[in-house]
Amino acid sequence: MNRRSMILASGAVLIATPALARQPGQPASAIQRWGLLIDTSKCSADCTICVDACKAEMGLNGHGRPETDAQYVRKIDIKDPATGAAHSLPVMCQHCAKPACVDVCPTGASMKRADGIVLVDRHICIGCRYCMMACPYKARSFAHEEQSGQKPYLPRGKGTVEGCTLCVHRVDAGLEPVCVESCRAKAKGAMLFGDLKDPDSDIAKRVAREATTRIRADLGLEPGVRYQGI
Amino acid sequence: MTMRTDYLDIKPYTKGWLTLVAGLGVMVAVALFAVHHMESQGHWVTGMSNQVVWGMPHVFAIFLIVAASGALNIASIGSVFGREPYQPFARLSGLLAMALLAGGLAVLVLDLGRPDRLFVAMTHFNFKSIFAWNVILYSGFFAVVGFYLWTMMDWRVERFYKPAALLAFLWRLILTTGTGCIFGFLMAREAYGAAVMAPLFIAMSFAYGLAVFILVLAAAGRMTGQAPTEESLGRLLRLLGLFAAANLYFVAIHHLTQLYAAERGGVEAFILSGPYSPLFWIGQVALGGVAPLLIAFGGCAHQRRRRAVMASALTILGGLSQVYVLVIGGQAWPLNLFPGMDVSSAFGDGSLHAYAPTLAETALGLGGVAIAGLILVAGATAFGILPAPAPLPELATKCDT
Amino acid sequence: MLARLLLVVMLMLAGGTAAQATDLPSLPKARGGTCIEAPATMRREHPDMLKHQRDDTLRLGIRGAKASLKDCVACHATSAADGTSIPVNAPGQFCQSCHAYAAVKPDCFECHATTPAPVKEAAR
Repeated sequence: MNRRSMILASGAVLIATPALARQPGQPASAIQRWGLLIDTSKCSADCTICVDACKAEMGLNGHGRPETDAQYVRKIDIKDPATGAAHSLPVMCQHCAKPACVDVCPTGASMKRADGIVLVDRHICIGCRYCMMACPYKARSFAHEEQSGQKPYLPRGKGTVEGCTLCVHRVDAGLEPVCVESCRAKAKGAMLFGDLKDPDSDIAKRVAREATTRIRADLGLEPGVRYQGI
Repeated sequence: MTMRTDYLDIKPYTKGWLTLVAGLGVMVAVALFAVHHMESQGHWVTGMSNQVVWGMPHVFAIFLIVAASGALNIASIGSVFGREPYQPFARLSGLLAMALLAGGLAVLVLDLGRPDRLFVAMTHFNFKSIFAWNVILYSGFFAVVGFYLWTMMDWRVERFYKPAALLAFLWRLILTTGTGCIFGFLMAREAYGAAVMAPLFIAMSFAYGLAVFILVLAAAGRMTGQAPTEESLGRLLRLLGLFAAANLYFVAIHHLTQLYAAERGGVEAFILSGPYSPLFWIGQVALGGVAPLLIAFGGCAHQRRRRAVMASALTILGGLSQVYVLVIGGQAWPLNLFPGMDVSSAFGDGSLHAYAPTLAETALGLGGVAIAGLILVAGATAFGILPAPAPLPELATKCDT
Repeated sequence: MLARLLLVVMLMLAGGTAAQATDLPSLPKARGGTCIEAPATMRREHPDMLKHQRDDTLRLGIRGAKASLKDCVACHATSAADGTSIPVNAPGQFCQSCHAYAAVKPDCFECHATTPAPVKEAAR
C-alpha cells in the first residue's frame, strides 16, 4: 500500500509540476501566488472524494452535528431552474487576493500570507465570528466544541475560527493539496494546483489559454480559485 | 446652567433597594452560569451554528449598545443645544449611557469563542476592521462620558462642561455610525451591505435610548416617590414620537431601495413575507414604530406619564424585534454564490438557515440588562444623579401633548 | 486573641509550604537525543522561543526552525506499554508535571496536538 501510493504520488509529481519545497528558513514570497483550477465537467454529483480526503487529512472529526461540524470544502450542486442544466463543484476558501475576512478581523488573526494563502492565526483569534459574517463564500467554520486528536501539522481548537488552508503544510513541503491529489488518484482529476504567477506552470498556461470564471467575481475580491463549466 | 437642580439622595440598604439589587444580582448570576455552560461545552450547546453565527446574545448586545448611545441624547440636548428643561436630566442620561454600554459589551465579550483573549483584542488592532474601530470607540466612550459626567458634578472642572458635552455628542454619533457600519460594510450579505445602515442605526439609537431613559425615569420616580413632572414626560414623549418616525423612515428607505433591485427580490420577500415577517410588521413596524407615533401625537386619552411609559415599552419591544430581524433574519437568508441558480449542499447552501435561541443565550442577554441596571443603581446611590422634579408651571390646558 | 489566631494560621501555612517545597516535578525521559538548548535555558526561555517562532512559521511561512512545538512533542511524548503515545499534557507527563508545579496552565494544547504524528505519516 505504501509503495503503491508512493508511485502514484510520484506519478502525480511528474505529470503536474508541483511547487518545489521551500528551503527551511525561507519565508513565503509574493513572487508566487498559489491557486486552483477546477474543471467542473469532471465533477460528478455524487462524488465527495475531495471532501473526504480533506476531512481525513485535517483531522476534522465530525460530531454528527452537520450544522456546527467544521467543513473546509463542500460539494455544491447547482441547477439552472430555467433550463434544468445541473452541475456539481467543490467550494472551499477561495484564497482571495483582497480577502473580506482579512479586512474585517478586529485582531488581525485572519491574514493573507505573502504567497496568497489565506489563514487564521488561531493564536490571536478571539472567536468573534465576524469573518464568517463577511466571507462571501461561507468558507469558514467555527470550532463549536473541544477538539481532540488534532493532526500535528494542523492545530485547531474550541472557540476559534478555521477554514481551508490550501494544505499549506503540504504546499510548503513541495506537495499539492490533498483534495487535488485525491481527485487525481481516485476520481477524474478535476482539480489542478499551481503557482498562478509562474508562466511555466500548468495552471498559469491553462488559465491563459482557456476561459475560466470565479465565483462572485463582481465583488472584486480576486479569488485564487478558478472554475470551468459553471 | 442657570437653573439650580436638586439631585436625589438615594438611601442604600433599604428594603426596596435591596430587593432591586438582589433581583438584578440573581439575573447576573444566572447569566454567568449560562456563560460557564456555553464556554465549557462549546458553542454547540447554543442555537448558533456555522450558518447563523450571531444569535440572541448579539441581539441583546446590539440593542443595549445602540440604546446606550441614544440615552446620551438627553444630556446633549441640554448642553450642546442649550435647551434648559433637559439639563436636570443630563447626569442620569450620562450614567445610563455608560451602564447600558457596559451591559452590552459584557454580553458581547462573554459570548466570544475565546473571551480569555479579551486582552489580545485590546492590544492587537487591525485598523482596517470596523470591528476594531468599534472596540476603540466603545472604550473611548466610557472615558469621554465619564469626563462629561465629571464636568457636570464637580465645580472645579465645570469650565470644561461645554467642550466635554460637544465631544461626547460627536463621539456617540461616530460610535453609532460605527455600529451600523458593522453591518453596512458587509458587502457579501444581501440583507446588509448598504450605506443606509449607519443613519438607520443613528435613528434606532435615538428611539431606543430615549425609550429606555423614559422607563428608567418613570421607574425611579415610582421607587423614590419623586415622580418626574407631567410636563417633562410630555416633552420626552413628543421627542420619542419624532424618533420613532425617523426610524420608520430609514427602514422604509432601506427596503424600498432593496425592492427596486431585481436581485434583492429574494431577500426582501424573505424579510417582508417570510418566517420573520410577523416580527418585522407587527413587532418592528407596528409596535415599535407606528404605535409610539400614534401615542405621542394622536390625542391624549390618558395622562402623559402613562402614555410615555406605554410608548417607551412598545419602542423597546419593537427595537428588540428590529434587531432580531436584522441580525438573525439577515443571516438566515443564504449567501448567493450562484445568482439565479437553485443550490444545495451539505453545508447549508441554498436553503434558509434555521436558528432557535436557547435558554442560555437569552439568559446571557438578560444578564447584560441586569449588569446595566446594577451599574445604574450603584451610580445613582453613590452620586446625586436622579433629578428632584423641578416645580415648573404646568401648561394647564385640556389636552396637551 | 486575634494575634494568637493569626499566629496559628501563619504556622499552618508555613508548615504547608514547607511540605510542598520538596515536591519537585519529575519529568519522564525524552525519546530523542539532546534538546535544542540546555535545560536551564529551555526552562526560562521556552515560552518566548515558541511565541517568537509561531509568528515566523505561521505568518511568514518559515519552516524548519529550531524551536518547533511539533518537534518538542515528538521528542518528549512517551509511549504506553502497547505503543500508543500518551498526550504530553496528561498528568505526570512532560509538559504537565512542570506546569502543575509552577501553577501555570499553558494554552498551547487547546489546539496543538498532544501526541506526535504516527511514524507512517511523519515519513510522508
